[in-house]
This record gives sequence, C-alpha cells and structure tokens, in this order.
Amino acid sequence: MTMLKEGRPTAPQALNEADAVPATATGNRALMLEEALIFEIGSTETTGVDFAEAPKVASRLGNLARTDGIGLPGLSEQETVRHYTRLSRQNYAIDLGLFPLGSCTMKHNPRLNEKVARMPGFADLHPLAPQSTVQGALAVIHELAAWLVTLTGMHSVAMSPKAGAHGELCGLLAIRAALEARGDARSVILVPESAHGTNPATAAFCGYKVEDIPATPDGRVDLEALKARLGPDVAAVMITNPNTCGLFERDMKTISDAVHAAGAFVYCDGANFNAIVGRVRPGDLGVDAMHINLHKTFSTPHGGGGPGSGPVVLSEALAPFAPLPFVERQSDKFVLVEEETAEDHHGQTFGRMVAFHGQMGMFTRALTYILSHGADGLRQVASDAVLNANYILRSLDDVLDAPFGGSGPCMHEALFSDKGLAEGFTTLDIAKGLIDEGFHPMTMYFPLVVHGAMLVEPTETESKAALDQFILALRSLAERAKAGDEALKGAPYFAPRRRLDETLAARKPVLTWTEPELAEAAE
Amino acid sequence: MRYLPLTDTDRQDMLTVIGASSVDDLFVDVPAEARLPGKIAGLPDHASELAVERHMAALARKNLSAGEAPFFLGAGAYRHHVPASVDHLIQRGEFLTAYTPYQPEIAQGTLQVLFEFQTQVARLLGCDVANASMYDGSTACWEAIGMARRITKRGKAILSSGLHPHYVSVANTMAKFTGDALVHQAPTLDAAPDIDALIAGIDKDTSCVVVQYPDILGRIADLTPLADAAHAAGALLVAVVTEPVALGACRTPGHMGADIVVGEGQSIGVGLQFGGPYLGLFACKQKYVRQMPGRLCGETVDAAGKRGFVLTLSTREQHIRREKATSNICTNSGLCALAFSIHMTLLGEKGLRELAALNHALAVQAADRLARVPGVTLLNDSFFNEFTLILSKDAREVVRNLADKGVLGGVSLGRLFPDAPEIGNGLVVAVTETVTAEDIEAFAKALEEELA
Repeated sequence: MTMLKEGRPTAPQALNEADAVPATATGNRALMLEEALIFEIGSTETTGVDFAEAPKVASRLGNLARTDGIGLPGLSEQETVRHYTRLSRQNYAIDLGLFPLGSCTMKHNPRLNEKVARMPGFADLHPLAPQSTVQGALAVIHELAAWLVTLTGMHSVAMSPKAGAHGELCGLLAIRAALEARGDARSVILVPESAHGTNPATAAFCGYKVEDIPATPDGRVDLEALKARLGPDVAAVMITNPNTCGLFERDMKTISDAVHAAGAFVYCDGANFNAIVGRVRPGDLGVDAMHINLHKTFSTPHGGGGPGSGPVVLSEALAPFAPLPFVERQSDKFVLVEEETAEDHHGQTFGRMVAFHGQMGMFTRALTYILSHGADGLRQVASDAVLNANYILRSLDDVLDAPFGGSGPCMHEALFSDKGLAEGFTTLDIAKGLIDEGFHPMTMYFPLVVHGAMLVEPTETESKAALDQFILALRSLAERAKAGDEALKGAPYFAPRRRLDETLAARKPVLTWTEPELAEAAE
Repeated sequence: MRYLPLTDTDRQDMLTVIGASSVDDLFVDVPAEARLPGKIAGLPDHASELAVERHMAALARKNLSAGEAPFFLGAGAYRHHVPASVDHLIQRGEFLTAYTPYQPEIAQGTLQVLFEFQTQVARLLGCDVANASMYDGSTACWEAIGMARRITKRGKAILSSGLHPHYVSVANTMAKFTGDALVHQAPTLDAAPDIDALIAGIDKDTSCVVVQYPDILGRIADLTPLADAAHAAGALLVAVVTEPVALGACRTPGHMGADIVVGEGQSIGVGLQFGGPYLGLFACKQKYVRQMPGRLCGETVDAAGKRGFVLTLSTREQHIRREKATSNICTNSGLCALAFSIHMTLLGEKGLRELAALNHALAVQAADRLARVPGVTLLNDSFFNEFTLILSKDAREVVRNLADKGVLGGVSLGRLFPDAPEIGNGLVVAVTETVTAEDIEAFAKALEEELA
C-alpha cells in the first residue's frame, strides 16, 4: 500500500471499509457533522440580537407598513456560530492545503492584510464622506495606483472595476470611446482560443462581433492567422498573456505592432500577472489596456468566489477615456474627481462604471501585500510561481500527457490532459481522486483547446514539501487511471458528499428552500 | 519575504529536476528586450510586518471614521451595527480562503450558505428566486435593465428621477455601448416620488421601468399602480432597494408587482468600507430565471442519495456560452453574501423587524428635531430611515463646514447631482440604530450655527 508522508493510505481497498461503516441515527459520523438548513432549525420568533426599545413615535411610512410575514428564520448567537462553523468544516480552503486551480490562483492570504483592512480608519468610512475626512483612504488609492503603473510600465490606471471581468469591460469601453473620439466605427474584436471565456462575453456585451483566432499546435496565438484577419473593422485584439495554456505569448510585441499598424488596440487579460510581475512590464510589449486581478497577483481572500477587484492599466492613448471617479494629488491634498471637468486628464471619460470608487477593501489588502514584498519580493513572487509550476510539469510529464510540454517552459501553471488514461477514465476521475488524497483538484476541462485539460497552478506560496506530496498523489492517480482501477470512478469516498448530480440540479432547478408541505403540494 | 517558503537549496534542487540552470532560463519565451534584468527602479524593497502595519495605520489615522463623529450619511451606503460574530465567522479560513465551489463535494459549506442566502434574499425582496449575489447594487441595476431587454426584446428603459444618480450614471455608461435608450428626468424637490410621470412615459417600446424604493430622497410610494401600468404595456417593473433594512418595516417591491428586484446588500453585515466591496442583490419571478445573470446555487442529491448543493444553470454563463452568455460576470460577492446571510440569521424576522422599527423611530425623531432648525424644511411626507432637508443655502458648503465641526451631516444633493444646481440646497440625511439622541442634538446645534 502506498503511503503519503503523513501516513495516510492511498490504496483503494481502504475505501470500501468506509462504505461498510454502519449508519448512525443522526447521519453524523463523529466529527463529520451533518448540518440542516437555517429554515429547518430556526424560527421567525428567534433572534440572536438585542436592540434598544424603539422610541414611541407616529409612523411616517405612509400606507406602506409591512403587514405580511417575511419568512426569515433566526437563530440565537450560539446556534448561529455553530451553524456556520459546522458548514465551514465542509469546505476545502487554501488554509487547509494546496488549492492548485489553474487560472484562478489560490495563494496564501496573509493575515496582516485582514487586520489592516479592518482598521476602523479604512473599514468604517462612508464613500461619500467629505473629502477632507478621508485623506488617508485617498492616499491608499493613490499609492497603490502608483505601484500598479510602475510595475506594469503603463501610463495610468483606472481603479474602479469590481472584478477581472468588470476590468475587461472597462478596457473595452475605453477602447471604444477612443475609437469613437477619432470617428472610427469598428465592429469586431478578435479573441484567440487560448483566452479566458469572459473575454468574448465582454466583447459581445459591449456590442462587438467576436471572432476567434486559432491557436498554433504549440498553444500560442497563430500570428499569421491574426495578421491576416486584421483590417479596418477590427477594434481590438484581446489576448491573455501568459495565456491559459500556461505559456508566454512570445510574439506579443510583434502582435502589438501589427495591431497598432492596423489602427486597433491591444487588450491584455492580466489575470495571470503574478507569473511575470517584476520581470516583465506589459507596457514594454505594446499593451494598451490590461486588468489586474488584485486578488490574484496581490492576494485577497477569495471568500468562496468573490469579491474580486480589477483595476485596469492604460496606455497614454487610452488614458483620457478612463472612468470616473479617480484620485488626483493636488499640491498638499488628495482629491477624488467625481465629475467630468474639461481641464482634468480624463477629459473624455466614458463615464462611471460603479456606484462608488471600487473595492477599497481590496486596495488596502493589495497595498499591504505589495509593501510587504517590495520590488525585490515581487520579482521573487514571479520567479517562484514559475519555478513551482515547471517543477510540477517536469515531475509528472512521464505519467501524464503534457500537451505543450515540448514547447518550452510553462509560466505559472502546468497543463496536462487525459490522453493515455484507460478507456472510460477521465479528467473528472483524477480530480475526484485528488479529493480523497486531501487536495483540492486542479482546474478541469479548461482551456477548451485541450481535450480533458487539467490545469495546475501551485503559486509561489507553496513549499517544496507540499509540492512533493501533491506530485505523489497525482502520480498515484495517473497510474491508477492508466491501470483501469474501477474504484477511482467512485471517488470521492472521504468527502462530506459523494459525487453530486449536477444534471438533476439543472434539469429541475431548486434555487430556494420551500416548506416541505408546500413543496409536496407543488409536485 | 515571509510568504515565500522556498529556500535557495529547494530552488536549486527543483531547477535540477527541471533541467534548467537558472530561473532566468524559465523566462526564455519572453523577448529579450522585454525582460527586466533586475528590480524595477523607484520602488522600495520588502518590509517587515511591523513596518507595513505602521505605515498603513498612519494612513488610517488620517481619516475620520464614521464611529468617531455624529454620523448621518446614507445615499446608497448605510452604517449599521454588525454583531461581532459576523466578522468572526467570515474570518474562518475555510470560508475566507475558499474559492468558487467548482468541486461541490468539498465546498458544501459555501454552497449551502449560498442556497440559504438565495432564499433569504428572495423572501426579503418578495420574489420567487434570487441569485448568489453580484458586484454591487449599481451593477445589479444595470444587469436588470439588460435582462429586461432580453425578455421583452425592447430597448427603451425608463429610469425614475428618484433612482440613485450613480446608478443612473452606470446605466448610461453601459447603454452607450449596448444601444439601449434610457429615459431619465432630472430630480425635483417634490414631496412624493414621480410614479405618475413614470406611468405616463410607458409606451410599446418600453422594456422596463426602473424605480428605487425608498428612493434617493428617502421617499416611498406604493409601486402597485406602476407595476400594473408596466404590465399592461408589456413592460417589466424593476425595483431597486439600496437600504434592505427598510423591508423589515415596509411592503416589499416583489409583492407590489415588481418583476425584478435588485438591491445593494451592504446594509446587512457588510459595513461601509469606503464604497466596496459591496453586495449586489438580484431576485426575480420564477419564469425569468433562465434569463437571470450571475451565479446560481441549486439543490440536488449525491451518489449516496444525500441532499447536497451545486452551482447550476451554468449554461447561461460566459465560460460555456462565451459571446452568447447572459452576462460577462464570472464572480459573485461570496464573502459579502456570507456576511449578509450570517447577519440576517442572527436577526431573524423578529430582529429585522425590531431593527427596522428602531431605525424608523429614530429617523422620525431626527427629522422632527432637524426641521425645527431655522432655515430647514423637511421635504418628505413619508420615509423610512432617510429623508431630505431643504436648507436655506447650498448644502455642499454646509456639509464641508459641518465636517470641520466634527459632524458628518448627510450627503448634499449638489454632490449627488452636480448638473442640477436648482436642487443644490437639498441635504439627504440617514439615521440608523447607530445614531444616539446626543448625535441628533449635536447635528441640530451644528446646523443651527451653520445656517445662522
């Protein structure tokens, strides 16, 4: 039987024993606790808060006072703490172990960032507070913006986009505004196959026609196909670099030059900036706009899927079109410019993207992270991220197919495929097997250009020991899948749930809880 | 570099396995002219935890936080007391440092929370279904307009003059590029919202009418006639709620006929945070669910027949439909949704009603006191916890001077509507349970001095 370093067995015969354990009356298995829904355990009469008695006044609610029940159950404080603590234990998280989601970048979340973001001087500020009372907060935005501009070698930055995909929108809106300003109506955005799925969605959302550009057999943009398609109808090319195959687009500068010569702009999806920060400046590659997922490159907890933050760095050509509001230094103070004014450098702004100024909570975290690393540390971030990914790629390319393993080093993520597994075994089986090995699975079936893709991104915050343990687990699973080990198809065995029926969920969507008797009556 | 665990020995061993002589070899695909040989100039090197904390704390001290002064700001962001257990629970690493629940077997914690959140939001807003949250209220509002366009196949949206002006700006920005026609009147200082004018504007090209409740001036009105008029013309009613605590005391838009109800959830559990991250709420009637943007969590069963939860209906989403997706959004405000859900669970219906009653009662007291200040008129006949005062001079200046006196006294209409100087004497004042009788008195006194 293979053993992991910690002594946990990895062989499938252990799995069947777990299945043979008798059921318990509660459904619990010792510390593996089942937890009902708040609607099943709470009541509308229960509360976990105490309020001062409301002063007696005559209501001014007009005729709109609420008379119906709302149906919101409450729990006491202790029940609440237990409910959410128990639920938390059913989650895998980066604090528990390696979370190698390619293209999503799960790295350690320093707790200093959390402490700083919660300082009342940042957390308890109203977005419309008088500017004289928020000078420190405006200084944070200004200082972070300066770092982002310097690290990317760009001209300026728009801070307000709320997430990566929102940043894409910002970049395309600036491009469209710039084109319109010169009276140039263009209708097409070119998106390589190796780009993130949000790119074509964003382009379509902005009213553009989207055309794919194929990838070469070595996983990069087909330069000749791209050049051939450029023309007066093309507004921009959206490139992800490093791309979703984990490769650096070698021809980026050539692409940019060709795109500019055709009168179009280059949008770069900067979701993977952590792979090159401190080593490459996108501005030197001819990029016109690039969003930076602050939560990825500069760490913010993902919180079960969000929120994120997506500032967009801009070239000089696009800077005048950046969104409002923005922070400016004026002699001895910082000013939040909220209105269109002719004299400021955003004179041709495309407008406002979001109610307030963006994700201040992420700005404080990102700045804290950046200051902690400094110029030297950030360069090391990219080096270690790339080193870790290549270590995984080379340690496993003898047992797993690495479709672009021959086309040079990978950047921050290692790409494998399900080619060569036994008949009927898939990427999904490997992923679910990893759960039993105590790891979060890698990204599955993405990028779309590779059949049965497995995209592994270890990040720079993983130790060699953690990587070795992961490699051992993935090697063992690859061997089992090649040998046709049927037990693998039942994985996971040791998770809070076995494989979930996603087809049922989509075919017959149940998106809210209904009282059982009402649900039954509706059947 | 305390967050980077590799030692130089590790690095050397790993390079040997890779077959590279140095890390620089791994960047061989970067064109030589774009490769930076050393550190980027002009930026400082790494700093200790203590040094960074000192720097950030010094910046934090340059701000006047809401808790340090009598505080009356609202206009789309509200200060409520958040029970200590909310922040404690969201900081559990298993919630805080989890990613999107792409592997449901080991993400049931997040998924069950999202399912509970969706149910809480749907019930609070009076709708059948809700999604797992969006960026914020303003972007949710825009997405609702887009959804109405997809459902009705019409491209004209009528926006109430009482809609938050920043929400209008966001919609305007997006409409420039999607071709939607937006109809929006400048706000006026009337005691009642513009329901009749909205009804009069509805025609056969109208996709939706967007109305805020309570609106930017704090006014509330029965939305039923508006819903009826919209439906009679084949249009939808989109209601926007920026202060969800109001729904603990007031009738819910969904129950007054709104087809889509969106909102800003910051009020419950999230905190002010200088504008973000916030929490977009999005709910609608069941029949429109497949046109709804954003992430959804649904109930299902696992291979052993146990109830479990998964992300579902992803065929609407960008990673599958690419350019045909209902939206380009690929995230939600998961952690803020968790905070909202925990706070709402602590409140329960009983607590929410008490909280809402307390907010309203204090607001009534404050409105009456402030209206007695010479030079002040109360605009609203009815309101929840926010109302508009008409001052005898420009409110922008008044707000700045009040801040110098240590009172954070509301949001001026001049700041919200820079293009409408005729309403520049309006001041929007919000009162929540965090406001004390002393705060109200301090505000009234400072205002008296300022207007004297």
